[in-house]
Order: sequence, then C-alpha cells, then structure tokens
Amino acid sequence: MQKTDLVESEYLRDDIPDFRPGDTVKVHVRVVEGNRERIQVFQGVVIARKGGGTRETFTVRKVSFGVGVERTFPLHSPIISGIEVVSQGRVRRAKLYYLRDRVGKAARIKEKRRI
Amino acid sequence: MKGIIGKKLGMTQIFTEGGKIVPVTVVEAGPCTVTQVKTVEKEGYGAVQLGFGEVRERKASKPQLGHFAGRGLQPLKHLVEIRVDDPEAYQVGQEVTVSVFSQGERVDVIGRSKGKGFAGVIKRHGFGGGPGSHGAHFHRAPGSVGACATPSRVFKGSRMPGRMGGERVTALNLEVVDVKPERNVLLLRGSVPGPNGGLLVIRESVKGRKKRGRKAHVLT
Repeated sequence: MQKTDLVESEYLRDDIPDFRPGDTVKVHVRVVEGNRERIQVFQGVVIARKGGGTRETFTVRKVSFGVGVERTFPLHSPIISGIEVVSQGRVRRAKLYYLRDRVGKAARIKEKRRI
Repeated sequence: MKGIIGKKLGMTQIFTEGGKIVPVTVVEAGPCTVTQVKTVEKEGYGAVQLGFGEVRERKASKPQLGHFAGRGLQPLKHLVEIRVDDPEAYQVGQEVTVSVFSQGERVDVIGRSKGKGFAGVIKRHGFGGGPGSHGAHFHRAPGSVGACATPSRVFKGSRMPGRMGGERVTALNLEVVDVKPERNVLLLRGSVPGPNGGLLVIRESVKGRKKRGRKAHVLT
C-alpha cells in the first residue's frame, strides 16, 4: 500500500455504481454557465477505465448525428453528479478502442445475459 | 516565523469543490518537540530548535544524549533550528504539530534534492546541445570553453559537467491545500524537493510575510 493512499481515500467517492467497459451508462454532468448550474446527461458506451485512486478515469463514447464523440471523465470528480448503468455489455477486452473503426451495425455490443 | 519538520510521503491529486484537479504533495509533519530555545540575550539571536522522529538510545551519540538528557527529553533523530522573533513564546518540551499551519496559508519547503550523479551540461545547466542527426558530430558536448589565443584559458566558474543534485533546495511560496491534524499530514500544492521519505523543513513563507507587511502598511 502506498503511503499516500490513506490520504487519497478521503477524497474517493463511494456513490459510484459498479460498471465495466462495454456497459452503456448515463453520466450526469454538472455544467456551470455563468452563475447557473444545470445537469447535462452524456449517454454512451464505456470504452475504457484507466488509472487508480483519485486518478481513475473512464471514457464514454457515443455517436451523435453521425459523428463519434468521446468524453473522458475523472471517476471521482465532483462535476459528476451521478452515473446510471443503462445496460451491461458482453465484451472480451478491457479497452474497446476497436469501436472507433466501426460504424453502424458492426459497432454494436452484445448485451450480457443475466443468469 | 513558524516551522515544522516533516517527511515527504509522495504525490497525488485531489479535487476542488468546482471539480478542478489540484496536484498535491503529502507531507507527514511533526509532532516535533522544542529541544532548545535560543534568545537574543544568551545566544545573540532568537531561534527555536525542533526535534523530530524517534531514535533508539544506542543509535544516538553521547553528546546528543547529553543534550536531550539535560532537558529531560527522549532522544530524537533530527534537529533543526528555526529563527523566530519571539523565542520567549516557546518552552523546551513543548510540542509543535501541523495545526500551526492552516488551509490557504503559504509556506516554504526546504529539502535535499534527489542526487543525479555525474551529469552533463545539458541536464545540469540547460545547454542546448547540437543536432541529433543530419551528419552532425556534435551532440551533447559543452562546446568551446577556452578559445585559442584569447583568452587561452578556461574562465573560473565556467559551467561544466559534474555532480548534480543532492543539495539543499528551497521551494518557495507553496500553498497549504489541506491540514489533517489527526494524521499529522499536510497537503501542499505542487512538488517539493527530494525523494519520497526525504526530510523536509516547512516554514512560513518569506515572500508571503513581506507581502502581508506591505499590505498592512498601505491600509494604515
């Protein structure tokens, strides 16, 4: 265990649901416009989770009006007001960067079958 | 001036409430014991000697043991002197903890930088060096140092390769991001000199003190 872990643990969020690459999630992001704050939803497929501790980030990809959009969020950042797992996908690798080269039907992810 | 002795634990990052990421160094500081108070009347200047870290009695030298025993203290590993304007406010045996510092305050951190060994001029002095390819034979060498007929010697103090690092370095004006008295931990914004586990002296910032003084003068 790293000596900084104890300090870091105080800054980790415990309200983050369990999700993995391949899952489709809705990320509720706090957006500050001037002095107004509103919540924006970014829905897409999680294609990567990286790092550990307070440095952990995840990347969500969606196709918006035919254009691929990816956003990388720090997992423990206070700008995330919530994460909803919409569906769980069945994938065979941890980083789904191959989705970037696929369009339409080929970019689908099989849904995980619940037992 | 207030100060404390600590140990660098490592770096990490934390979030502000607005979601900004702040790089911080985690420093385990204190609790330190005041081992000697120096006054203007006796020593000619005001200072406080602080001790930090336990040490087995067998490991301390006899003069050190005498220094502690004479004051009724346990032997301590590190002793550091910090200049203060009001030495009368301190007593031998008094404890100094991280709570002397508060969030948002500015501090200076003194440490011993990581040793880099025998380093060339590019690393040690920031020389430009030559091109890497295109037929060049001049890569990382220092270049001309003494010319031919004039001056026909190398000037004293010319920047040359040599031992780098392992020296006292002061990082000025670092912000105290957080203080955790229950763990004796300070979070300082940015990096501090030295390796993880290295000894640090944290003191009130010299720059911040001057600025505050000026501001007060303008107000009155």
